[in-house]
Formats: sequence, C-alpha cells, structure tokens
Amino acid sequence: MKEKIKIKKLEKIRSEISRERKINKTCITICGGTGCHAYGCIKVAQTFVDEIKKQNLQEIAEVRTTGCHGFCERGPIVVIQPDGIFYQRIQLKDIKEVISETIINKKIIERLLYIDLKTEEKIIYENQVPFYKKQKRIIFGNNGFIDPTEIKDYLAVNGYSALASVLESMTPQEVIEEIKKSGLRGRGGAGFHTGLKWEITSKSPGEIKYIVCNCDEGDPGAYMDRSLLEGNPHSVIEGMIIGAYAIGAKEGFIYVRDEYPLAVENITIAIEQAREYNLLGKNILGTNFSFDIFISKGAGAFVSGEESALLACIEGKIGIPKQRPPYPAQRGLWGKPTNINNVETWANVPIIINKGASWYSQIGTKGSKGTKIFSLVGKINNTGLVEVPMGMTLREIIFDIGGGIPGEREFKAVQTGGPSGGCIPKEMIDLPIDYESLTQAGSMMGSGGMIVMDENTCMVDVAKYFLNFLRDESCGKCLSCREGTQRMWEIVTDISEGKGKKGDIELLEALAEATRDASMCGLGQTAANPVLSTIRYFRDEFEIHIKEKKCPAGVCINLIHYSISKEFCTGCMACLKVCPQNAISGELKELHVIDQTKCIKCGACFETCKFDAIKIE
Amino acid sequence: MEAENLKVNQVIEKHHREKKELIAILQDIQAEYNYLPQESLKLVAKSLRVPLIDIIGLATFYRAFSLKRRGKHLVTACLGTACHVRGAPMILDEFKRKLNIQVGETTKDNLFTLETVNCLGACALGPIAVIDNNYFGQMKIRKVDKLIKKFSSDKRSRSE
Repeated sequence: MKEKIKIKKLEKIRSEISRERKINKTCITICGGTGCHAYGCIKVAQTFVDEIKKQNLQEIAEVRTTGCHGFCERGPIVVIQPDGIFYQRIQLKDIKEVISETIINKKIIERLLYIDLKTEEKIIYENQVPFYKKQKRIIFGNNGFIDPTEIKDYLAVNGYSALASVLESMTPQEVIEEIKKSGLRGRGGAGFHTGLKWEITSKSPGEIKYIVCNCDEGDPGAYMDRSLLEGNPHSVIEGMIIGAYAIGAKEGFIYVRDEYPLAVENITIAIEQAREYNLLGKNILGTNFSFDIFISKGAGAFVSGEESALLACIEGKIGIPKQRPPYPAQRGLWGKPTNINNVETWANVPIIINKGASWYSQIGTKGSKGTKIFSLVGKINNTGLVEVPMGMTLREIIFDIGGGIPGEREFKAVQTGGPSGGCIPKEMIDLPIDYESLTQAGSMMGSGGMIVMDENTCMVDVAKYFLNFLRDESCGKCLSCREGTQRMWEIVTDISEGKGKKGDIELLEALAEATRDASMCGLGQTAANPVLSTIRYFRDEFEIHIKEKKCPAGVCINLIHYSISKEFCTGCMACLKVCPQNAISGELKELHVIDQTKCIKCGACFETCKFDAIKIE
Repeated sequence: MEAENLKVNQVIEKHHREKKELIAILQDIQAEYNYLPQESLKLVAKSLRVPLIDIIGLATFYRAFSLKRRGKHLVTACLGTACHVRGAPMILDEFKRKLNIQVGETTKDNLFTLETVNCLGACALGPIAVIDNNYFGQMKIRKVDKLIKKFSSDKRSRSE
C-alpha cells in the first residue's frame, strides 16, 4: 500500500468492504483456536476449500478459518453464516454432505447438531445453544466472524473506528476520563482501575513512555488471553494504540508466552497489516501521533507475569520481581514510565470508546463493570471460554452455561484465580462473581480460570498440586516464599501419603500467613490462598487424611487400594490384559482378583473396566 | 563446528548484537538445535560481551531452555489444573514407567525426552500429551504404550 491512509480513506475502505460482504454469499466459518487445532480443524478447513473448488461453488460459498468460538468441548466447530447454523464435532467424512445438503439444498443435517443436555432437544442456531445463550460476548463475540490474519475482516466489524474517532475528536485527557468513567478494571488479576493507571503514567515526568500488553497468561487452566490475541489480534492492537495516544507513548510491547505459537504468529501478521494501513508507525492515519508495537516472546516462567519481572524479561534479563515502589508507571522499562495492561483489558478499550462509558458502566456490578471472560474447565460438561457480565452467579455459569458436571457426579468446588486463588465450595454456589466477592471468599478473580471439581477431586491433592507449582515457580528471591512454599508442600505431601501428624493443619496455617506477610511480590503474597481456602472450606477432609489415613475422594495413591467387586465383575478379562504388573488373576466369566502385593496402583484396570467393577477404597 | 558457528553468528546478527535481544537469540538457537549447545553460548557471550555466567543464569531460569541434548522425540505431558483433576499425574507416571526415565531425562537410545508443561490451554481435551507437536487428547493410561511404540517405529525426526 503506497498511499498513506488517512481517517477519511479508512472509512471509505470500510464501506467498500461492507458493500462487498453484503452480497448474498454463504460463509462457512471454521473455528481455528488452539483447541480446535488439536482436534484437526486445519484439515477440515482445507477439505472444505478443496471441495468447494472441485464443485465450482466459489460464487455461492466461501470458507473462513476464524478465531476461537469458545465452545472447545464440541470442536471442530463449523458455523454457517449468515444464518448461524451450528455444526459440532465435524469430521472429514461429513464435509461433502454439509456442502451438498446445507450449502446447496439449504437443509439441516440433524446428526451434526448440538443436543441440549437437559431437554435433549436438537439445536440449529449458534445463538440458541445454551452454552452461548446466557453469555454476553461483547469482547469475544467477533472472534467467530473474523479471520485473524485478515485486517479487512476486522474493519468489516467496525474495527479501528474507535481509534479514528479518538484521533479525530478526543484529547488524550478526554480518553483517560472516558476510561475512568467506564469503571474498567485490570483483567489480569489484581483489578486496578485502568483509567487511573493510565493517568498516573501519563502524568509521570519524562518524554519517553512505554506501554506493555501482558500476555504471559501463566495460570494453568486459563486461556482467554491467548484466544483473544490469537482470534482477534487487531482489537488488542487498537486498544493499545488508543492507550498510547492517551498516555503519550511512542512504543509498545506485547509480551507473549512461549507456549502460544499460534498467538505469536497471528499477532505478528496483524502488526504488519496495521503498519501497512498506517495504523501503526509514523503519523498514524495522517495525524501527528506516532506509535509502534514490538513483540517480546517469553521463555516460560510463571513469575514473569508479575509486572516488574515482566519488564525485566522484555529488557532481556532474568525475570525476577523488583521491590515496588517505584511502580512501573513511575519507573518501568529502561527506567521510563510504563503502563502495563493485560490482553483482555486492552481489548475492552475500543468497545468503551465506541459505545461510550455510560453504556459500558451499566453492565456488571457496583464495583466491577463490564464483562469478564472465564475459562470453564475441569469436571464440566461444556468446557470452553465464556464471557458473562460481572455479577453472574457461579450456579448460572457452571450449570446453565457449563451444563453441569459429567456423569451425574456431585459438584464439589470451583477453583478460581490460578495458583494465587482459592477453592470456593458448593455451599457458595450462588455467589455473584466480581472482584470483591471472590476476594471475600478467600480466592481472587485472577485472569479468569475456573476449574470445576467434583466429588472425585481430593482437596488435599489440589492444595498439594498448587504448592508444588508455586515452589517450582518461586524465583527464590524472598526466603519466605522460597522456603515457605517448599515446607508447606512437604507437609501437605506427608498428609497425602498418610504421614500427617496432629498439629499439621495449624502449622500450615501459620506458614501460609508468614509466606503471605513476608514476601515481596504477588506470587508469594498470594501463595497462601490455595492452602488457606482449602483448609477453610474442607478442613474435615484434611483431618480424615491425618487421623484416619484415608482419602475420601480416592485420589491419594498411598491411601487407596483397588479391588474388584463381586457384584459387578463379569469376568471379561479386560482388566487382566491391561494390568502391567500381571497383578490380576481370574478365568473367563469368573470373578477376577487383584494381588495387592503386585499392584502399583497405576489405574489402568479402573480406566478399562466397562462395568464399574473396579473399586477404589 | 565452523558451519555451526556460522549459524549462531547469523542468529546474533539478526538480532543486531543487542543485549536486550538475548532471550530471543537463545530462543532462535534452541529452535535450530532443540537445545542450547555449550559452544553456542560461549559464542553469544563473546559477541554480546555478556559474561557467560549471566547467559547460563538466563538459560537455567526459563523453563523453555534446555542445556542438555534432547532425544529424537519430545514427549510433553500437560500438568495444568484441568488436566490434573482429570488424571494427568497417572498418565505422566505411565510415561515414566514405560520410558523408564524421569521428567527432564532422555532415554538411553536417544529416542525420547520426557518433559512437562504447566498448561497448553487446550483444556477441553485434557488430559493431554504432546509428542513432537502432535496433540493427543483425552489420554488414557493404556494409550501410553501404543503411542510410544508408534513413535519408536517412526523414522522421521521431529523437525520434519
């Protein structure tokens, strides 16, 4: 593109694109998120493209690989637009039929439809699927319509119009006021007010300022930031450009986790396209404002998500946190004032500008405005990313959207906030989710992971899991965190192995508090949460492990043994064949027996038995 | 060695010999060799005028870097929370038993290296194992042995 695009020209390009798109053409959209990638969506998309070419249907249909649709459980997902026909778990063998029946004959193929878990009704349209129905997808909704590697798709959904109106009619201070008025708070975890953060950075003395987009997303079980960066990268870029204008930054950095190759690829392409369209670089859209974005790839360290550590990483150093103050807003990258926001926070900015702060602040609760994307994972029927207004109850999220717990097992707890968060028990299922309520419950918002646990999840094991994670990821700078997480892990490991002693719980509580009080950064300060919240709500489970040397959920290997039930065993020999230790004996159609001296508790028999005859005691 | 020096030098030049690019340089070297050969680190230290100890510090701090040569196939078990509650530790244990190595080790025949990752963000498929960038979702204990056998007989190297 040789001509430098200005604001008016951008609007012209946009109307041209919309005119082209209005032609009545069917669009087969295929979810291209990482989850669907793992299911093989690339082959599905390619087969659609090949088949359409072969049948010479380019005039009536096109294929688009889009960002993540969120309903990962049902991938590969295919949605046929403009009607929004929702086909799930599409296999290569289904493709010819989709083309001949749905694209050409306009008929619905029933077996590819989603079946409502409650009513067993078949559902045709995407927006009618219960998983989507209760969501409010203002940030995430466009993912399903756009090819993230194609800037025109973003322009077609009104992309970069917020930037154009900011550059045309708002002063930097007005932008900051608008964001402040919207009530937007940081989506990365701590929930600091975004507008206020911008203001502090903009008022910090100094000519050179930086902004940073944090996509380190280290919380296990949380992947909404990746899906945004991967599925709608231009919305993040647009948010950053507006932020840079408000704050007065000339350069920005996107820090992406090394484990997210597709996100890196898509954001790299998007930045290049934005430069081509004069949306990044010198004199953006013909104004006096110049700004550019660079990518910095992480190398795998959870603690690097902490802002001072993240800045060290961008500078090419070891990502260890520093004492704050000075905060990054005062002294950040290379000593200059730096504003750091998380991916989802940046993606909220264009929406707020376009729809207005008063519209935005009507969504949510008193203290927490807007929507939040959660990743609903673990023991849940509908695994996926869900975007809901702040203040929705856990019950609505887990049962209405998530479809409840598989296999009619009982819901036990939900873990939020990653390793810094805590477990919320079933008694609190009607808790409305916002920053304050989660903190009061002993957990936190974090980046939005929600790991659902059922009766077969052991809370001692969960505490052990997070402590192991934290002791491994602790950078070791503060003694309280380095030794505290290690010692707590040792105690909980002992409890899980039947070596727990009276007084262990109290010692854990004391250690957790000391770790929290004496550590410098967020990792250590919140390391107590997974321990304290599990003890607070599931103390009896810890006590049973200690006193009775039993694991009620049947998880802690040293406290369980496998046996075969007389009642259910059919003598099919399936378990006998998979046992790696030859510990199971028995004849065909006769009761099998496990030799406890040989059994290594690998669980292969339990997983194989189709008759629920293997019992954990 | 000459040819290898050339490759490493190309990487260093690509990043303009800048110290702030150190992590990116190490990532590119690792992409080339699947680990960080000692000689290459010495070369980086010399070119960027950074003490070797600082480079080793970086390389050992970040999880993605390996100072040891990895096997032909890289097996990664996801240990994210969602995979954990769905039984990931038992899958990992089975890999350890079947490969007869611990996490971070390579089998004697140099075929497999076993590693773990904290979350791949493909939680719907949990528990997940990844072998040479191929995702295997809803892993079962009994699938482990079959997968290992499949890749043992696979003649291709993982870069192909």
